[in-house]
Amino acid sequence: MTEVKQLVQDLADQFGRSQESLLPILQGIVTKEQHISEDAMIEVARELNISAAHVYGTATFYSFLNTKPLGKYVIRVCKTITCMMHGKNQIIKELEAVLKVNLGETTHDGKFTLLETNCLGQCHKGPAMLINDTPYTELTPDKVREIIMMYRDKELRVN
Amino acid sequence: MTKKQLQRLDLIFKNEHDIEEILTKTFSKSNEEIINDLISSGLKGRGGAGFPTGLKWKLASEEETDSKYIICNADEGEPGTFKDREILSRVPHKVLAGMAVCARLIGARQGYIYLRGEYVFLRPQLLEVINEFHQLLDKIGLDFRVEIFLGSGAYICGEESALFESMEGKRGEPRNKPPFPTQQGYKSKPTVINNVETLAHTYSIFKYGADKFKDLGVQDSRGSKVFSVSGDTPIPGIYELEFGMSLQKFVDDFADGDAKAVQVGGASGFCVPRKKFEKTVIGYQGKLRGTSLPTGGSMMIFNSSRSMYNVLHNYLDFFVEESCGQCTPCRVGTQQLLLGIEAVKKGDQPSSYLDKLMELAEAMRITAKCGLGQSVANSFSSIVENFKEEMIY
Amino acid sequence: MSDKVNLRIDNIAVSVEEGTTILEAARKVNIRIPTLCHHEDLCVAGNCRVCMVEQKGSDRLLPSCAMPVSEGMEIQTNSLKVRSARKQIIELLVSEHRADCTRCYKNGKCELQELASEYIIGENGFIDLVPLKVLTIDNFSPSIIKDDSKCIRCQRCVRTCDQLQNIGALTVAYKGKDMKISSFYEKPMYEVVCTNCGQCVNRCPTGALTEKTYLEQVWSAINHEKKHVVVQTAPAVRIALGEALGMPAGEIVTGKMVSALRRLGFDSVLDTDFTADLTIIEEGNELLQRLKKVLVDGDKSVKIPMTTSCSPGWVKFIEHTFPEYLDNVSTAKSPQQMFGSLAKTYYAKKIEVEADDIVSVSVMPCTAKKYEADRPEMRSSGYKDVDFVLTTRELALMIKQAGIDFASLPEDEYDSFMGESSGAAVIFGATGGVMEAALRTAYEVVTGREVPFDDLNITPVRGMEEIKEAAVKIENPLPEWSFLDGVELKTCVAHGLSNAKKVMEAVKEGKVDYHFIEIMACPGGCLGGGGQPIPTSPAIREKRSQAIYREDSMKPIRKSHENPEVLQIYEEFLKKPLGEKSHELLHTHYTERNRY
Ligand SMILES: Cc1cc2nc3c(=O)[nH]c(=O)nc-3n(C[C@H](O)[C@H](O)[C@H](O)COP(=O)(O)O)c2cc1C
Ligand code: SF4
Ligand code: SF4
Ligand code: SF4
Ligand code: SF4
Ligand code: FES
Ligand code: FES
Repeated sequence: MTEVKQLVQDLADQFGRSQESLLPILQGIVTKEQHISEDAMIEVARELNISAAHVYGTATFYSFLNTKPLGKYVIRVCKTITCMMHGKNQIIKELEAVLKVNLGETTHDGKFTLLETNCLGQCHKGPAMLINDTPYTELTPDKVREIIMMYRDKELRVN
Repeated sequence: MTKKQLQRLDLIFKNEHDIEEILTKTFSKSNEEIINDLISSGLKGRGGAGFPTGLKWKLASEEETDSKYIICNADEGEPGTFKDREILSRVPHKVLAGMAVCARLIGARQGYIYLRGEYVFLRPQLLEVINEFHQLLDKIGLDFRVEIFLGSGAYICGEESALFESMEGKRGEPRNKPPFPTQQGYKSKPTVINNVETLAHTYSIFKYGADKFKDLGVQDSRGSKVFSVSGDTPIPGIYELEFGMSLQKFVDDFADGDAKAVQVGGASGFCVPRKKFEKTVIGYQGKLRGTSLPTGGSMMIFNSSRSMYNVLHNYLDFFVEESCGQCTPCRVGTQQLLLGIEAVKKGDQPSSYLDKLMELAEAMRITAKCGLGQSVANSFSSIVENFKEEMIY
Repeated sequence: MSDKVNLRIDNIAVSVEEGTTILEAARKVNIRIPTLCHHEDLCVAGNCRVCMVEQKGSDRLLPSCAMPVSEGMEIQTNSLKVRSARKQIIELLVSEHRADCTRCYKNGKCELQELASEYIIGENGFIDLVPLKVLTIDNFSPSIIKDDSKCIRCQRCVRTCDQLQNIGALTVAYKGKDMKISSFYEKPMYEVVCTNCGQCVNRCPTGALTEKTYLEQVWSAINHEKKHVVVQTAPAVRIALGEALGMPAGEIVTGKMVSALRRLGFDSVLDTDFTADLTIIEEGNELLQRLKKVLVDGDKSVKIPMTTSCSPGWVKFIEHTFPEYLDNVSTAKSPQQMFGSLAKTYYAKKIEVEADDIVSVSVMPCTAKKYEADRPEMRSSGYKDVDFVLTTRELALMIKQAGIDFASLPEDEYDSFMGESSGAAVIFGATGGVMEAALRTAYEVVTGREVPFDDLNITPVRGMEEIKEAAVKIENPLPEWSFLDGVELKTCVAHGLSNAKKVMEAVKEGKVDYHFIEIMACPGGCLGGGGQPIPTSPAIREKRSQAIYREDSMKPIRKSHENPEVLQIYEEFLKKPLGEKSHELLHTHYTERNRY
């Protein structure tokens, strides 16, 4: 059995095979693989006995259910009103410089993807961003550099 | 001269350790008594729409079916709103207590917290609290369980019927109403859906009584309200205040002395210019003096350094992306408003085009399928009307 | 029984059942409220918002298609507020739409265009959004063209494919400004589970989903000196063509259609009904043989229940969804394809024309037939058996292009050799028709007597019920069929692929023990096919159905095995049912396809 088939089966065992399990299963795939591939969607459709197009339509509705490959760490910088007022553009510029990518791109080593997102519910501490599930707030250019350093260190230690 | 500060309250966030006692006490009452308490407290939904909570529970309790649900709406996605996150991280047991009482009252055995994907970091600690709570329920003997359902980054899923669709494994497209959630909600079963803060307030009502709650606030807007304060303020954060304050009082306390406008209720709320601070009262629409503004509790302050064009542009950008896209006025209307103000700003359209856009916003308000499309007009019209020169030059 | 609700619409008092929508109530008093996303065959969507009406005392407008009436309502369908909102909504739709009507296939038949003209959408509309979007045209399929730039996102197609067909080939993808109608992973329709049934095409209000047209190719063939162009017309075309030419639903226009085809320049005007009769002979005999092999020989390789194979949408569906049941599908080709292979063999010889010079055209109520004609299995004459498939709608267009005044045409008759047909063939066009035709013949083959139904009308298999069952008990058969004595022949009839799926699931779960199943991919059978005139509705399909049974009852010959031209072809060419020639030309096998 292919890896993705196994993953989807395990998730379906865990969450069940009714349509109500669709989001939890898709979320599980994203946690593991950072995106939902065509093959993964077909397996989900098979497990839940729904049409593959339905899986696709649902996945593309939700901005966290990526259908295109992303890096290991997905950085989502809030672009909404108070974060904008408090300088999210500078934060993005800094991230672009540190990571050597443009907004929307993934680093060559496949580690980081830089995206924008809407309000993260941290407006009193803007600018704010998420790296995967973790929020970082009251960002300054210096602070984001340190945060990225920290992730890079972590990666070095893992390898 | 020192001005009198608005009173800071501490009902919601006071950490209390008497959940078991309060639940036992409440469960000793009849359903009618509980409903009457809630109705006479005057508690209205804190998710934005302001529906009387007691009535909502009553309607759901009157439905006869095999299963019902209680759902806590923790999808908090309105720009400038972050109070539900704070409540869930600091006093989640109050929210759970509210859900349990509702469950017993309407006859639900299953409850869900729909937690927005952006708040997934709260999940581990919430699960712990829920586990403890389940033990307590077993002890009291209530057959009720709460699960967390995680959102995945779609603002519209905060709208109750879109939230149900999302939980059912579909795109979060709002449904036609009627039927209403208390008739056919999650999986087409009668469902009570309440905001996090609403549920936390029910705990206070069960504990301190309806009268205590009613003493706070004014006429149609009873109790306290948790405000998310952000923008140009030296003290951004969460504040629990009484309903019924004037915006001027609020600005005196929270702004940096140079406030030119306050956005009340987030991007879907209204923008109030300085000259109207005095006459604007914070509360649900009713018999209040002046203009009253309902709010999910977001207060964003803009000082005179801010371009209101940029503010509006940012909101519209948000709506263009976050509209579910199913209905014409909202899907296309939001795009037209955004491109429209850009065109006027660039001089590609005459300033009179703003009038056409105002008409469009009004048409969206009366024709859109759900609250998202209906309320784009709130910020659009209030900003364009009050800051027209900033839109043009 | 249920209480009546009283309300006023545009000051007219209306009293309707509880649960009626404002739209339906308004129609009762002949007030037309414009709609786009609403369709009688589909569940309520309430997303286009053109049907908004004003309720006295309420600030916001109400979507009349989705809002049930309530007591004492006072509704205005044409107040200034309504008009202004409606006009803006139409303007918004047009602003998101590549509105090049004069070049559009749906020009003159488009619901958006109609509304835009009704509300005089002028020049000072909104900003044109089309240049800002990446919108694709998918024209890879031989049946269907999907043009996203013409889509108003009413989701009728998605609901059709989900609810009526339960295929789910189409979905809504993305949200906000990027929201669009998409197939799985935005693949071409050709590559996904779409059955080409065209039901979505039938319900699309604009030019976003249309059939792929072969009109120009057919015109060239007609005008080619050397080519002999034969045309066949499916059973369900003759009872619907009139609708596309300004006649009311339910008119039988067989004779006029034949005249028109001659005037258009077709060299031979023949009838698919002829091969429908032939199908009955082949398929009926196949059924009896299967029963014999199963009941007498105990042959495990032979599968029962046997299902029909004449609906290409159904065939593609089973290839994708129930490939393990492909051996249950009758090997008989569809009437269109039988006709095609005979046109370039038997008929070519009869009229002494080289097969190479024959261009074979069919007029079908169906878009899936275009795909079927393109299949590699369909070249048993040594050529492409059917060169071009036109829908009923395309034929209507040809008639208009040729300036023919259809209504005043005289009636004419089909050419011979492949133009004669029985009433049994005509009813192929309605759900249950193939079953009825097969029973009329099979029963008589087995017992030597006519089916024991009044005037040959096997009413249990007629009508629009979703899934019909009928059992015919065989008594006193001829000696050859003695093993069938006392056997109750169990049959099932389903139309619309969602019902087909239900039936196949029941078969799979062993819940049913049918011998013979008739399945048509389209609601109502071919009369509701994806190539039929637009609009379609339960009432329109009912009228078409009545016309079909009327035509049957008027036919001098009612049973396939009595069709003299069918007898002749067996005599001169095929020799016997399921014989060698039949296998070569009239039978085929289908193959498994991807489930997703
Ligand atoms: C676009 C939109 C977004 C919404 N988002 C939320 C939300 O994030 N949280 C919330 O509690 N209610 C939200 N609501 C309101 C809900 O639909 C619903 O009214 C509310 O959850 C009911 O709870 P309450 O009566 O306790 O306020 C939203 C409504 C709309 C139209
Ligand atoms: S108003 Fe907007 S969000 Fe609401 S249903 Fe319509 S398109 Fe969707
Ligand atoms: S789809 Fe309709 S409105 Fe659009 S271009 Fe074609 S005819 Fe015109
Ligand atoms: S042609 Fe039929 S199967 Fe294909 S998308 Fe349309 S409705 Fe679905
Ligand atoms: S393709 Fe046609 S039916 Fe489908 S949403 Fe677009 S306009 Fe509507
Ligand atoms: S605006 Fe950035 S977190 Fe709310
Ligand atoms: S027809 Fe009523 S909303 Fe589309």
